Amino acid sequence: MNGGPALERMTQGDALALYASGPWTARYAPDLEVLVGDIEKMNSQSKRVLIDVSKVAKLDTFGAWLIERLSRSLALTGAELRIAGLSANYSTLVDEVRRVKETPPPDREPVTVKATLERIGRSVAQIGDTLIGIIDMTGALLFALWTVVRHPTRFRLTSVVHHLEQVCWRAVPIVVLITFLIGCIIAQQGLFHFRRFGADVFVVDMLGVLVLREIGVLLVAIMVAGRSGSAYTAELGSMKMREEIDALRTMGFDPIEVLVLPRIIALVIGLPALTFLGAMAALYGGGLVAWLYGGVEPEAFLLRLRDAISIDHFMIGMVKAPFMAIVIGIVACVEGMLVRGSAESLGQHTTASVVKGIFFVIVMDGIFAIFFASIGK
Amino acid sequence: MANPPDDAIIRVRDLTVEFGGGKTRVLNGLNLDVKRGEVLGFVGPSGAGKSVLMRTIIGLVPRLAGDIEVFGVDLGSADSDARRAVERRWGILFQHGALFSSLSVRQNIQFPVREYLKVSERLLDEITIAKLGMVGLKPEVADRYPSELSGGMIKRVALARALALDPELVFLDEPTSGLDPIGAGDFDDLVMTLQRTLGLTVFMVTHDLDSLYTACDRIAVLGDGKVIAVGSIEEMRASQHPWLKSYFHGKRARAVVT
Repeated sequence: MNGGPALERMTQGDALALYASGPWTARYAPDLEVLVGDIEKMNSQSKRVLIDVSKVAKLDTFGAWLIERLSRSLALTGAELRIAGLSANYSTLVDEVRRVKETPPPDREPVTVKATLERIGRSVAQIGDTLIGIIDMTGALLFALWTVVRHPTRFRLTSVVHHLEQVCWRAVPIVVLITFLIGCIIAQQGLFHFRRFGADVFVVDMLGVLVLREIGVLLVAIMVAGRSGSAYTAELGSMKMREEIDALRTMGFDPIEVLVLPRIIALVIGLPALTFLGAMAALYGGGLVAWLYGGVEPEAFLLRLRDAISIDHFMIGMVKAPFMAIVIGIVACVEGMLVRGSAESLGQHTTASVVKGIFFVIVMDGIFAIFFASIGK
Repeated sequence: MANPPDDAIIRVRDLTVEFGGGKTRVLNGLNLDVKRGEVLGFVGPSGAGKSVLMRTIIGLVPRLAGDIEVFGVDLGSADSDARRAVERRWGILFQHGALFSSLSVRQNIQFPVREYLKVSERLLDEITIAKLGMVGLKPEVADRYPSELSGGMIKRVALARALALDPELVFLDEPTSGLDPIGAGDFDDLVMTLQRTLGLTVFMVTHDLDSLYTACDRIAVLGDGKVIAVGSIEEMRASQHPWLKSYFHGKRARAVVT
């Protein structure tokens, strides 16, 4: 064999002879396809066609199929067809591919106005499904909570502690670092701009109110939604994919009680704790910048802070934390339970979990802002 | 291609594999030859390292010592191009199929072909249907996703994917586990048919005594990190090794023979 495959043709009157030689294998499939395509395009008028494959050095499914394809297209022209020189081994292979029926076209949905409108409609309807899913999960969760309250022995303390370590204890370094940096940045920006009015000292007011009421809890909740919400969705999703959740159910356990409740309780304890730490770190960072960059002595900073903020500011921030934890936890678990068989679905729901978690955290914060404004706090 | 017909297609010499930094030695100076064109059944007690050996040969598990030659290429010293060339010539059926869950059956089978060959969509589709037909599946399955298939169908599709590039060597990791006896028998027939038509060499890790009797030319037995016996089913049955005796003369084995 001198390299690639070949297909020579010879015409004699109304007879056409095709001599195949060389390796007719997958490796040479691109060349083979061209060779066979040329003959097909030739549109021969021959009445009798002979395909001689005796010189074929090697044949596999690709080669056998292309010979079969060639003979099928020649048969369509009404020619009398004969394949010669097929060894016993290869003839079983050719018989095998001969059974292949015409290929059904792959399903490709055409892009039409109607299909686009339909997709938009379905996406809108899915928003409703999300809300129903959340309400559903809340109900199931309350039911599980009630069961655990009635039968305290069924409460899974070990699981709660385990998740508390994951979502709270292990999150401490990153949460403290980021809130510390944000505190520094707020103080620096405040000093830079307030200095023009000679209002340096109001930086402490701004920092205190902003960090304790809003930024502290919001920032920590967003970080937790990204860090733990995604983990919850991925954990529950992969358990769902491997039928672990079905296994639990058949053993007489309620997956909500065993898997979801401990996770959400861990978040409800963990998020306020992280919020507190985060707020303290941000105030510390702000104070440090005020001292080193703005020349506000620590004693002065603390005195001013005591005057500027009341316990209300601190409480408002802390009160919001458990509610945000519930929202993040429920959204993450709902998404986790929606995961279907494929890896792609797991990815989609994990993304959705984080995006929806952050969205609901911000919506929640807005609702709290209106609420506290209307009760005059 | 350059190898003579009865040459060893896989040659393993003094292979040693350890896990956990030397805590457990799974394979200990193992030697094995797989001849061109044969179906080699690989048996051994659960946890003896059958899958580890297969995964070491295909390069998924690092080895501590020893040489592995496939198609005459020493995989230890081969550069990445030579490795790729070897990888193109083998196909692997993993125990649980390992189909790509986000791709349809069609895309799963076409995936390796697209990667290595520049051929038209038409040929890709035709080859996909041909491969599905070879493993006994209808063309309608092509647009389903792995999560919509039964266990037996997953194995068949995985075999079709392993065969997509018409490899010369196929590794099968417990191909009939989880199949009903009829399905398993069909699968054995399928392997034998493919082996005859495509001239495949098959390396099969299995526990299925039926497969050993019907499909395998030779059987290798793994024990204590070594191959303790290689030979035909008759030689295995005649062996006095205690594990082999209980394996081939146990209750289940008698049921197969009679």
